[in-house]
Amino acid sequence: MSDHHAVDVAVVGAGPAGLSAAVHAAESGARVTVIDQTWHAGGQIWRHRDRAELPDEARALMARFEASGAQHLAGTSLFDARPGHLSVLGPNGSLELIAGAVVLATGARERFLPFPGWTLPNVFGVGGLQALVKAGLEVNGKRIVLSGSGPLLFPVAATLAQHGAQLAAVCEQAPRGRVTRFAASLWREPGKLAQAARYRSTFRHVPFRMGTWIERAEGEGRVQRAILTDGTRRWSVDCDMVGAACGLIPSVEVGMAMGCDIVNGVVAVDARQQTSVAGVYAAGECTGVAGEDAAIVEGAIAGLSAAGRPAEALYARRDRGRAFAARLETAFSPRPELRDRADATTIVCRCEDVRLDELRAEWGARQGKLASRAGMGACQGRVCGAALAHLFGWEAPRVRPPLVPVPVSALRPAEPLRD
Amino acid sequence: MTAAPRPDVVIVGAGIVGAACAYALAREQLRVLICDAGFPGGGATAAGMGHIVVMDDSPAQLALSALSRRLWEELAATLSLACEDERPGTLWIAASGEEFSALDEKRALYGRAGVRAEILDEQTLAAAEPNLRRGLAGALFVPDDRVLYPPNAARWLLDAAIERGAELRIGSAARAVGAGRLTLVGPSGAVETVEAGAVVIAAGIDTPSLIPGIAIVPRKGHLVITDRYPGLLHSQLVELGYLHSAHSMSGASTAFNLQPRSTGQVLIGSSRELAGRDASINPAIVRDMVARAVAFMPALAGCLAIRTWTGFRPATPDKLPLIGPWPDLPGVWIAAGHEGLGITTATGSAALIAAGIAGRAAPIDATPFLPSRPMPAMEAA
Amino acid sequence: MTDPRITIRIDGHEHRVPAGASVAVALLDAGIPRFRTSVQGEPRGPVCGMGICFECRVTIDGHRHQRACLVPCVDGMAVDTRDGADV
Repeated sequence: MSDHHAVDVAVVGAGPAGLSAAVHAAESGARVTVIDQTWHAGGQIWRHRDRAELPDEARALMARFEASGAQHLAGTSLFDARPGHLSVLGPNGSLELIAGAVVLATGARERFLPFPGWTLPNVFGVGGLQALVKAGLEVNGKRIVLSGSGPLLFPVAATLAQHGAQLAAVCEQAPRGRVTRFAASLWREPGKLAQAARYRSTFRHVPFRMGTWIERAEGEGRVQRAILTDGTRRWSVDCDMVGAACGLIPSVEVGMAMGCDIVNGVVAVDARQQTSVAGVYAAGECTGVAGEDAAIVEGAIAGLSAAGRPAEALYARRDRGRAFAARLETAFSPRPELRDRADATTIVCRCEDVRLDELRAEWGARQGKLASRAGMGACQGRVCGAALAHLFGWEAPRVRPPLVPVPVSALRPAEPLRD
Repeated sequence: MTAAPRPDVVIVGAGIVGAACAYALAREQLRVLICDAGFPGGGATAAGMGHIVVMDDSPAQLALSALSRRLWEELAATLSLACEDERPGTLWIAASGEEFSALDEKRALYGRAGVRAEILDEQTLAAAEPNLRRGLAGALFVPDDRVLYPPNAARWLLDAAIERGAELRIGSAARAVGAGRLTLVGPSGAVETVEAGAVVIAAGIDTPSLIPGIAIVPRKGHLVITDRYPGLLHSQLVELGYLHSAHSMSGASTAFNLQPRSTGQVLIGSSRELAGRDASINPAIVRDMVARAVAFMPALAGCLAIRTWTGFRPATPDKLPLIGPWPDLPGVWIAAGHEGLGITTATGSAALIAAGIAGRAAPIDATPFLPSRPMPAMEAA
Repeated sequence: MTDPRITIRIDGHEHRVPAGASVAVALLDAGIPRFRTSVQGEPRGPVCGMGICFECRVTIDGHRHQRACLVPCVDGMAVDTRDGADV
């Protein structure tokens, strides 16, 4: 049975942006509730089982969050969202959150692009593998190939190496020229360079190959080999696991459901981090992938704005983060050759097992979905949507409620049935 | 582009009804042009359940739906796998003894229309559908009712028409219709006037924009679909009270209507409301609909719902579709206003249109569907 | 860090797993990379590790289609990767 709960500010997501928003709104005197699907605050970037594993900044923000008086609904899924009104399902059932303002801090996810064999068991995402290792997956002695893009590769390689994995290859799809220009642009941010160097030192015996990517995965019942290429040469690497993705993409489904404008794949916000819908704010990677420093300052602005406080003092720092996001996108956008990997029989939609040759480029996302079932499954196109955007230029699919699968009973009335 | 020969018939709307008309007319050896502003089957066809069901709200509805189901049966062997055509039958659930006692009459009515039906008592129903709640009085089982996947069925009908020489133009919006004449706006914005022996308007809820004053209004419905739970139910389950919900035009209503998909998914319906063209999901309607479904099938409560959507049925005041010549414009035919039965009655409607255009006798009495019939005023919402 | 261990059943067999591990981690550590059979009959296992890809769906305590990466193991839990093991 559902219950009602009124708050001043509801924050969706307990990663760096969401925690920062919650802290700043709550410290301004607002009643704040944060909902998050996972069991521990921190989001994907600060996923942990023991807080001691986390960087100082993360521990400090979490401590401040706990002292702020903000309510944390962990293990709670948002399944319907309208401005001022959130339907959530947690361990104790469903709840209707009535919120004066909403801050979306829904983060990002990996961009998964199809290649032959990508559906084999033990082919994970790059961040996916890291998430599982942080959740306790044993990788000691496992031979692992990483094929990804962007700044996530180094920390993941470091995590795997620290847990005893034998990294068989670490591949960055972006060409060397793009990566070098990006690295050179970091001179203003020596902290980021030093961090990258620290990560690199943990797997220094493994070659880091730029302009290299996985072309196919092979194996019986699970991955056993990765075929890698640099565009001219290809070679086979035996392995137990693969981490394959192509960077991160903003998770904008909740913003879309609330009617917020989505521009170039991100939730569009103004200087105060307000979306096109009054009373709905957004912060962090759902407004563009820029890392946790940017997410924290955007969250602070969004939290202050949602609580009716000024935040101009933080704008300059936020704008530096935005500029970093733009440089990231230029440096690590998927190279066109990645499109050529999928062949006619490669599965594109993993929920419904739709093959590439069942789709026609001239269809849009909706016609393609109706004709082939691509995007009609439980993930509602969260995986294949990005693949179809990359392959055919199709628009992002619109996720319909429930935003995540919920038991039918969660859609039932609190009131007695009308007759 | 070379000038195409003048079509015999141009059809506006490539939903299931327009597609069925294209197929039926192409089979008459007529040269058919069919156009749609969007893509084929993207309107109400994409939103519906795809239940091929004989309904007995009125003698005319019974005749048309029985004919239509027979025509679908004839196609069944040739439909593509993607049409997901199956024959799970319909169970009309009688919740109370009073409803159960009405089943005899319903069975007799179906029998006279040549539709097989059998009465299941409480125990037989419980054995047939063990996940229904206990204590339901019984059901009328109509074994030959079918379920299919409407967008791909529409596509199949279009492909079959194209094979017989029909031409499909997508992204071509009809702007104006005159006697034997249609003005189209193509995807590039080019305006073109097509002359044809006949124009068939099968534009569903968009029909009034071409035929001002025609009595068709959008009647909104909601559906919820679950993840895969094969075996949870075996037939389409509809409460006898469904007819009341479908019949009463005023106000919003919900009814228990559950469909097993060939994927193992369960479609949960149904609702009806007059809400203009607001496609947003109305949580109160979903709550009522789902509560009713769970009341009939408690096991549904724990199944995961993965998606909810809405669609608009083209409704008429007297609950019958408009099929036949439009009196004000010679050479213009209407095949629209099918409310919630468009998937079922697409085939029968097409047979009536084809017979009319070819000048043959109609397979059933066509007069109840004539667009020229007197129409009661639409009840207010 | 040493975790207390708990017992869960995977496809009818008992496994000792660290308390607090996700079901996905428990299965992978038990040497089970195939979590489900796709609609066309292919073996599938987890990909994203964060609840968005739905590839790690298993039956947990009779509830089908649960995302193993989001559910922590609980002592006595029954996990099933075989299709149609319930309902």
